Amino acid sequence: MNILNLFIIVPVLTVCGILLTKDLKQSRLVSAIGMGVQLILAFVLVYLYLAERSAGNTATMLFMYDALWFPSLNIHYSLGVDGISVAMIALTGIVVFAGIFASWKMEYLPREFFISLIVLATGVFGFFISIDLFTMFLFYELAVIPMYILIGIWGTGPKEYSAMKLTLMLMAGSAMLMVGILGIYFFSAPAGSPLTFNLMEISKVHIPIEMQRFLFPFTFVGFGILGALFPFHTWSPDGHASAPTAVSMLHAGVLMKLGGYGAFRVAIFLMPEAAHEQAWIFLILTSISVVYGAFSAIVQNDLKYINAYSSVSHCGLVLFAVLMMNETAMNGAIIQMISHGLMTALFFALIGMIYGRTHTRIIQEMGGLMKVIPFLGVVYVIAGLASLGLPGFSGFVAEMTIFVGAFQHVDVFHRVVTILAASSIVITAVYILRVVGILLFGPIKNPHFLELTDAKWYERISTITLVLAITAIGTAPWWLSNMINYSLAPIVERLSAVQLTGLF
Amino acid sequence: MNFSDILTMRHELVLTIIALVVLIIDLNLHNRDKHLIIPITLALFFIHTVIGFLPSEPSSLFGGMYHTTALLVLMKNILNVGVLIILLQSVTWLKKEENREKISEYFILLFSTLIGMYFMISSGDFLMFYLGLELATIPIAALAAYTHHQSKSAEAGIKLILSSALSSGILLFGISLIYGSTGSIYFDTIAKLYANTPLQVLAFIFFFTGMAFKLSLVPFHLWTADVYEGAPINVTSYLSVISKGAAAFILVILMFTVFNTIATVYTHMLYLIAVLTMTIGNLFALRQKNMKRFLAFSSISQAGFILLGILGGNIMGMTAVIYFILVYIFSNLGAFGVVSAISTVTGKESMDDYDALYSTNPKLSLLMMLSLFSLAGIPPVAGFFGKFFLFASAASAGYYWLVFIAVLNATISLYYYLLVVKAMFINKNDKPLAYFKSDWATRTGLALSGLGIFVLGFWSQIYEIINSLSFGLIH
Repeated sequence: MNILNLFIIVPVLTVCGILLTKDLKQSRLVSAIGMGVQLILAFVLVYLYLAERSAGNTATMLFMYDALWFPSLNIHYSLGVDGISVAMIALTGIVVFAGIFASWKMEYLPREFFISLIVLATGVFGFFISIDLFTMFLFYELAVIPMYILIGIWGTGPKEYSAMKLTLMLMAGSAMLMVGILGIYFFSAPAGSPLTFNLMEISKVHIPIEMQRFLFPFTFVGFGILGALFPFHTWSPDGHASAPTAVSMLHAGVLMKLGGYGAFRVAIFLMPEAAHEQAWIFLILTSISVVYGAFSAIVQNDLKYINAYSSVSHCGLVLFAVLMMNETAMNGAIIQMISHGLMTALFFALIGMIYGRTHTRIIQEMGGLMKVIPFLGVVYVIAGLASLGLPGFSGFVAEMTIFVGAFQHVDVFHRVVTILAASSIVITAVYILRVVGILLFGPIKNPHFLELTDAKWYERISTITLVLAITAIGTAPWWLSNMINYSLAPIVERLSAVQLTGLF
Repeated sequence: MNFSDILTMRHELVLTIIALVVLIIDLNLHNRDKHLIIPITLALFFIHTVIGFLPSEPSSLFGGMYHTTALLVLMKNILNVGVLIILLQSVTWLKKEENREKISEYFILLFSTLIGMYFMISSGDFLMFYLGLELATIPIAALAAYTHHQSKSAEAGIKLILSSALSSGILLFGISLIYGSTGSIYFDTIAKLYANTPLQVLAFIFFFTGMAFKLSLVPFHLWTADVYEGAPINVTSYLSVISKGAAAFILVILMFTVFNTIATVYTHMLYLIAVLTMTIGNLFALRQKNMKRFLAFSSISQAGFILLGILGGNIMGMTAVIYFILVYIFSNLGAFGVVSAISTVTGKESMDDYDALYSTNPKLSLLMMLSLFSLAGIPPVAGFFGKFFLFASAASAGYYWLVFIAVLNATISLYYYLLVVKAMFINKNDKPLAYFKSDWATRTGLALSGLGIFVLGFWSQIYEIINSLSFGLIH
């Protein structure tokens, strides 16, 4: 049995298990066990992967599994992972596990909630382990659609509006993606040989440049919408603000990473010439994302909106780094994906916990929370510091690597956008410190807050898992970046083999 | 006529016998025992469906007027399965007191149209094709007016017969021009003689217009919504699923065989009609509150997607169309089945009545949701695969922008499908429809369509079978 198959089988079994349960207690227990197993599996995968590599296995993709699905179209169910996908799987495992514990008290329709959540997780896991574009696309859509139900039923505020907006915008993104994928498919092999959806096979051929010019924007923007590319980011703040805690965690933490991951794994990797040519357009857009997201976060008063805009900014940085197309920056992009995934999940978990106690998310109505709920307060500060890039946490490693990589380009255009994007670090500090200052310190504005209780055990599990992961990456980034670098090498090699024809 | 000929025509012959048997039984039954017809007919039709799946040899009868191949048998079997589900779903409704007198009429009329569709699919020339078409159309008008004491139903019947008559007239005119310009009514001969002359292009346009009426493609769709709304719900689902499916089957065959030579001429027209059909069907569906009208407009939009496969113009397109219709039958029957079950028991047909349905009837709501997702093309249900292959076939011919428009339309359609999901799962309602338990037939029908929605996508074998059968049909 291939270990990668388990990443699909375990969630499916968990869903079947939840179907048999009767109430909240049973269904959350089953979900926790299922996703706990999944988390352990993810770590086992990391271990096995490193063991294979140190044993000298130099294949690009490891643990390959391949089953022919639709022979006449050459569609395969084919799995395989490299260092990048292993890292993403570990991230997903952690965030989903933390998400289950963050929704420990989901009283309304608990079974349906956990089923939808795990279906979403299945889509994400499936996406990361697929190396066949068809299955990848299938899992991508599978991950998007439960969001509608999750936000629509268990959300808060204008949830129906947000859920619909999010679903339709992401589906419009997948419409663009569909065109891109089909285009790639029909040019995936030289005339006469069978067409293929397999990423590795396609990467061996050279898609005609005219087609690349046409397909690259479709593919990149298709994934970019999920990665909150300006101006297609508007689903994200509304969606995150209305979603229930665990869904915000999963969505900002993992689902948005599908966009960044797909953008380089599919769009840039398979169409390097067009990527070089058109990078400047998207570099401008992503710099706007980065700066505009950060500025928007300053003026928000709702905790979730602040964090949602901060996600736009941070995810913009991922796409920005990917478009720099050199090894250092791309390495940074992937660390940023993981780092942001963990941080934002932690933020949303904390916001959910604070909201559960204070019943408000408006920062002006709160204050001095550090005195009454010190555990949550301290963790919030940790998350904030990680987010603004304090050394010792993952955020620093990621942003540092990205900007060092971006600065390796010597021309004026790249320098200017890099400096612009780097200015977001300062702006980030402004909104993080502003929130921390108003929310946690100062006088307690509402006498009811004096009776608040600190984190429960399940909330501690959820937050501590995430904090541990953030500090682990921050203090020992080399194992992660080694793992990524090894797998980035073939991608970067393919990119640098391309004649540079970019405008800048 | 020897025994092997009978085997060749077994679909038509067995169903004719069943229709006659039902008639005879009906004559001999006392009025209070009329309901016995239902289980007997169901059993007979089930046997008929099974017989259809027995292996068969491709052959030809009546000097080439009638022919059958493995692909055509498969199409008929697909229709059979769909009809079986519809019959199961109509049991509760037929048992109602008001329908007691005319149970057998329902079956006989339905079977007559189905026989017409068989002949249409198996036709080898335009005469047989036209006979089949008429046989398939006229009894449906009677079916649409089945509950004739309701003015809406009578209106639906008359609208259907009038628009069918008009479209048949146009279609016949096209056929006469084809005959006039080629001197033959046989498909094989015409295919060789058909060329790009103005008269023949004109003939094709008339012919296509007639078919567009049957398929309710824009701009020939205006009869659809009223007829669908007025007809009894099970007749509506028959109209929108079986009738449309059969028309699409024969259209795709004719486009690929007879009219293949003028493909360069008609692609522009098809492109435009595909875009219009998908978009206008969608835009009208957005505002519908009556579930039957809602599904009617959604099925107009779905017909536009079928054209994408025809535009593909290769084996992939042919396979995709047949596969899509198969998937569409199951998905649409799932949705219609739920609407029918609810409408029969409670008489409610408005979308507002579905508010908070999940709290009282979770299984129906789930099936409805899955069917709608399948119609919208969301994985993991079968609709995703059906749509994907259609898009792939259009992309294979280089129609990337058309694919983009189509997927955007699928997204728009997702919006209104989600409105129903929202009503069932999210909206609050003080008085949701009370819980009810359907009888075994309805449940079997619903379960069958649910099973189909799930299995058809993952089970790639079905796609491969259709694909292998489509070989040889196209040159």
